[in-house]
Amino acid sequence: MKSRHKKLALIGGALAVIGIIAALVLNALNSNIALYITPTEVAAGKAPQGKLFRIGGLVKEGSIQRQADGVTIAFIITDTAKDIPVAYKGILPDLFKEGKGAVAQGKLNESGTFVATEVLAKHDENYMPPEAAQAISDAQAGMSANKHVSPSSAEAAKAGN
Amino acid sequence: MIPELGHFALILAALVSLILGTLPMIGAHTNRQAWIAVARPAATALAMLVTFSFACLTQAFVANDFSVVYVAQHSNSLLPIEYRVAGVWGGHEGSLLLWILMLTWWAFLVAVFSRELPDAMVARVLGTLGLVGCGFLLFILLTSNPFERLLPGAAEGRDLNPLLQDPGLVIHPPLLYMGYVGFSVAYAFAIAALLSGKLDAAWARWSRPWTMAAWIFLTLGIAMGSWWAYYELGWGGWWFWDPVENASFMPWLIGTALIHSLAVTEKRGSFKNWTVLLAISAFSLSLLGTFLVRSGVLTSVHAFATDPRRGIFILIFLVAVIGASLTLFAARAPKVGLGGRFGLVSRESLLLTNNVLLVVACATVLLGTLYPLLIDALGAGKISVGPPYFNAVFVPVMSPILFLMGIAPFARWKDASIADIAKAVKWALAIGVIVAIALPLVYGQWYALTALGLFFAAWIVATAILNFIERVQHTRTGRSFLATALSQPRSFFGMHLAHIGIAVFVIGVTMVSSYQDEKDVKLAPGQSVDVAGYHFTFNGVKAVEGPNYVAAQGDFDLVVDGKFVRKMNPEKRNYHSSAMPMTEASIDAGLLRDVYVSLGEPIDRDKPEGEWAVRVYYKPFVDWIWGGCVLMSLGGLIAMLDRRYRVKARAATQVPAGAQQA
Repeated sequence: MKSRHKKLALIGGALAVIGIIAALVLNALNSNIALYITPTEVAAGKAPQGKLFRIGGLVKEGSIQRQADGVTIAFIITDTAKDIPVAYKGILPDLFKEGKGAVAQGKLNESGTFVATEVLAKHDENYMPPEAAQAISDAQAGMSANKHVSPSSAEAAKAGN
Repeated sequence: MIPELGHFALILAALVSLILGTLPMIGAHTNRQAWIAVARPAATALAMLVTFSFACLTQAFVANDFSVVYVAQHSNSLLPIEYRVAGVWGGHEGSLLLWILMLTWWAFLVAVFSRELPDAMVARVLGTLGLVGCGFLLFILLTSNPFERLLPGAAEGRDLNPLLQDPGLVIHPPLLYMGYVGFSVAYAFAIAALLSGKLDAAWARWSRPWTMAAWIFLTLGIAMGSWWAYYELGWGGWWFWDPVENASFMPWLIGTALIHSLAVTEKRGSFKNWTVLLAISAFSLSLLGTFLVRSGVLTSVHAFATDPRRGIFILIFLVAVIGASLTLFAARAPKVGLGGRFGLVSRESLLLTNNVLLVVACATVLLGTLYPLLIDALGAGKISVGPPYFNAVFVPVMSPILFLMGIAPFARWKDASIADIAKAVKWALAIGVIVAIALPLVYGQWYALTALGLFFAAWIVATAILNFIERVQHTRTGRSFLATALSQPRSFFGMHLAHIGIAVFVIGVTMVSSYQDEKDVKLAPGQSVDVAGYHFTFNGVKAVEGPNYVAAQGDFDLVVDGKFVRKMNPEKRNYHSSAMPMTEASIDAGLLRDVYVSLGEPIDRDKPEGEWAVRVYYKPFVDWIWGGCVLMSLGGLIAMLDRRYRVKARAATQVPAGAQQA
């Protein structure tokens, strides 16, 4: 009997520990996921308010502007269909360049500017983050669809997505 | 001509690996001595062929042979010689060749240092390594041939990625690969034991030093990568929970569990199935890591431009290895005995808890790494899982491990008493609590997490010392304390040194995350900035010329308490061959803190002599992070050199394997 009790205690303890850990993990996961949202989706108002998310696309040519303090930077991320203004305070990664792909993480403020807390770097000048590439190809697919259908039905088609 | 020879050697190597993977295996199964005897010479030939091939590729780099595509893409005639050699593994094809080179060397070393092992066992171990090698040789030959020609040859190469032109990169991949690939040996031992049906203490003893060696390399490789990211990327961070970092960290976690589990299997004959499963997992995770890095499915700083065929090949290989191993495991595991029984509180049960927690930690990392892929594959959108997830999960999972680390060395095998352990560690507990309360106050603000980290560090060091004293007292038998202390087995020293390494690491992580300070500012020449009592004066920027780049070099004076300490010269480099700028931070390293300056960008691009965006950091105890890793590796090395792996290994072959089961 004694060894059976021991076994039960072990199994019960293990289950309890696994339960606690699973709860912990799922909770942490749930509160730390950042969705990727394309500039077109942001422009359509599909971005979550007050929640962290990521946008990807190209840094628009001629859009980088440095504020007076020298370390706050404003630029535009575009998927070639829609432009989203981004503000970032800090030092940009070396490979951040106009006309190149970029991914930024942050929140949208009331005036529709994306306030980035992080601008992701890459290690290779020829490398395009897949999310940025996806955003652009989605946008271009959307635009070519627009040529053939009336704007309203294109909007409806997108809303159905 | 030489690249063709290298290519030819690789094709031959693939054939040899196929022979190594089949003949000795069949020989061991059917007990044909002549076929078993093929194993050692074939492993040697394989290593020589791949080494020759690797030398050919190196020669192409050194001689600037830009008619080889891979060389043209990753080198340049202006590149200094040491980086031309490192360039061999600066891209996908070459790093894969390095992987294979390491694998065949491990196999070669097993062939040389296995005189004490039964021949059939050696045949199976080498055969398994041969099969793994065969898979990778096919991979490189079919999808990633580094010897492919470019006709006509390029006049000049595209140059090595500037980020990789650094001494850290020269060492980081080889160390890491030695670790990754080293787990293939532990895996091969496990498969060989499953095939032979002899999972016994002797098997654990043979397997232990090899597993330890792989673990040491992996530890150093990860630490090196972390250090490199810290000083080279100029972001001041040491760990980013990047998917590729995670890919190396998961095998490390499982490898650590494996080392501890092997100890139980060797000493007590328990946990045999579990140990085998860990050995299979450690290697599978190494393969998964390779897949994640090489397939381009992840957004990562390590991602290379990719070819989808590669991802599919590795995925198939991964599935084949895991599938075959687990099938074999499922077929053999039920026949494996349970080994020694143990009580609810015993060294075994504590090590089991350690194992379970390490596996859970690994599972959470795996979840965080693969979850975005899973969601994407299901078409549910693209997401990313950020560092806060990992931090939130890791502290609670690691805390019990750190606590148990202090207790387990006091617990007896089989059955231990909680009262005895509590009596033995009570002073360590007191020291830990005092340190946790007092030290953060000395340093500044008191934070609960800081106190927790420092408590564990003090606790681990104090218990290690107490355990050492206790053991010496117990084994003294009339000799002097010092003589007894020095005569303790190396594995005992190694264990405590590695544990103290963890404590040092924990101190580094705790202090740097609690008290670091950073500032991003705009500075004109003559202006200065203060961070944590360190005063930096910017004297402007001048142009300097490197071998294959031009740089804007900043000139800073570091002043502490009104006294000039040193000049600091961070650089912003522009490499001739690529449009990529590179930040070289300047770091004043110290035992208790680093201070760190890096140049951002000139505020006005046309006036580099004017104002610059500058980042300064104060990083307390940051070097302890890597120091701790070095101590862990050193501890591992000392444990690996324990006498019993040489003396008893010989004895074990003379005792029938069944006798070990008792």
